[in-house]
Amino acid sequence: MTLLDPRVLGEWWNTFLRSGGLSEGWVIFINAVVVTLILMGFGLTSVLIIIWAERKIAGRVQDRLGPNRVGPYGLLQSVADALKLMTKEDITPERAERITYNLAPGLAVFAVLMLLVVIPFGPGLIAADLNIGVLYVVAMGSFGIMAALMAGWASNNKYALLGGFRTVAQLLSYEIPMVLSMSVPVLFAGTMSLHKLVEMQANFRWFGLIMPTAFLIYLISALAENERTPFDLLEAESEIVAGYHIEYSGLKFAWFFLAFFLNTLLLSAIAVTLFLGGWQGPFVDKVPLLGVLYFFLKTVLIVFVFMWVRATFPRLRIDQMMALAWKVLVPMALALVLLAATAVKLPWPPLARDVFLFFSNIVMLFVALGAIGRHLRQEAERFSGRQKWATSSSTTS
Amino acid sequence: MLNTYAVVGLFAVVAFTFPFITLLMARMLRPRKPNPLKNSTYECGMETIGDTWVQFRAQYYLFALIFVLFDIELIFLFPWAVAYNRLGLFALVEMALFIGMLALALVYAWRKGILEWQ
Repeated sequence: MTLLDPRVLGEWWNTFLRSGGLSEGWVIFINAVVVTLILMGFGLTSVLIIIWAERKIAGRVQDRLGPNRVGPYGLLQSVADALKLMTKEDITPERAERITYNLAPGLAVFAVLMLLVVIPFGPGLIAADLNIGVLYVVAMGSFGIMAALMAGWASNNKYALLGGFRTVAQLLSYEIPMVLSMSVPVLFAGTMSLHKLVEMQANFRWFGLIMPTAFLIYLISALAENERTPFDLLEAESEIVAGYHIEYSGLKFAWFFLAFFLNTLLLSAIAVTLFLGGWQGPFVDKVPLLGVLYFFLKTVLIVFVFMWVRATFPRLRIDQMMALAWKVLVPMALALVLLAATAVKLPWPPLARDVFLFFSNIVMLFVALGAIGRHLRQEAERFSGRQKWATSSSTTS
Repeated sequence: MLNTYAVVGLFAVVAFTFPFITLLMARMLRPRKPNPLKNSTYECGMETIGDTWVQFRAQYYLFALIFVLFDIELIFLFPWAVAYNRLGLFALVEMALFIGMLALALVYAWRKGILEWQ
């Protein structure tokens, strides 16, 4: 069974390389090349599958078949689309700012691909176990925002610029609750390394089970960060055509979509790592390769939830979107951080602490839902009052 | 240490060059027939009026300002969270004060109506 342990396999591989008389620098370099090739291959193939899954799931939810012509179950549809996009003409509008315009799609892909490096796929299966893992994830997220703004600004198109502005407003607003909720697992584990964060969640002490509200805040902000449907104002097709990538065609357009779909996968993977125990599950300590299976099962589950939400929900209005971030999620996340910090410092058994945290999270969730519901009812009353006034004044005059 | 950052460095180079190299390679596959109409700005078929880079709403700026405030808070929050288990009770009190001050700033912005999108 030890051969199924990736850590043992890695040791074996390193001794194999060294036995060939290679110096330490070469071993590091060869390992880096192998890891890079594997991760790039994984990232690019997974995007093709995710695009297929998204279209298939959206099709089923909306009582359609989805892609079913190319290959079995339409599986090769994304490959056909990729080939088609490669053969399309690449148009740079005359009035666009050339350098920024051409740099933006590459930067978007770069920002998302870089996240692959710190994802722990299984016990010992992590490309680079950085001790600042969580901060690295946040930093790369900011690169994506830059790419969207660059594309919107450089296109010199009014719709694209509107999309770029909305990107800044939305992604910046939702970054705050997202990062605040990510600091809760860091607080519990006392480390920012993603691999150690997973190791701390053994025996079903998943941080998402202890702090369900923090997990929910992360999921909602991840939907917004990923520009997915309840929050897709920045590429709203019916309002601003396609937002910041309106002018892009061919392969550059494909890059924005690659970044979008890979981001879905990686945000889910980070959600699983931080809140759902990553590769932890029964029998992982005996058969480490099971961890990879658990990790992908959990990730696929979250990705499915994202796609389900996209196929089901209508789009929010921009004022509702901003109010949700600043008036609901940010205060909630701040309170959650303080709650977790207080509970960690109080002297009581770990189990009692976890149960207390779970129930106070649920209470907080219902308080917030009640506040939102009351606000919406008030708004509806104001609106219907205005309606009555309008109709009565029109009949009297 | 060098081992982990070697992977990050090499991957960064590959991830950054990959989109541009594929773009260059796809040059052999794609047609290139520009004409003035095709290269004009696409605004749903209407002819573009005026410049795009005009003055925009100040509202976006206000949100960006509050964002900077909270972003700096987060920078302080993460080291605190990492070291929290090793620190005494004063860490909790200090962070409660810090978050409380920022929450006050958020309440002030809220009362001033900055958070209302008009």
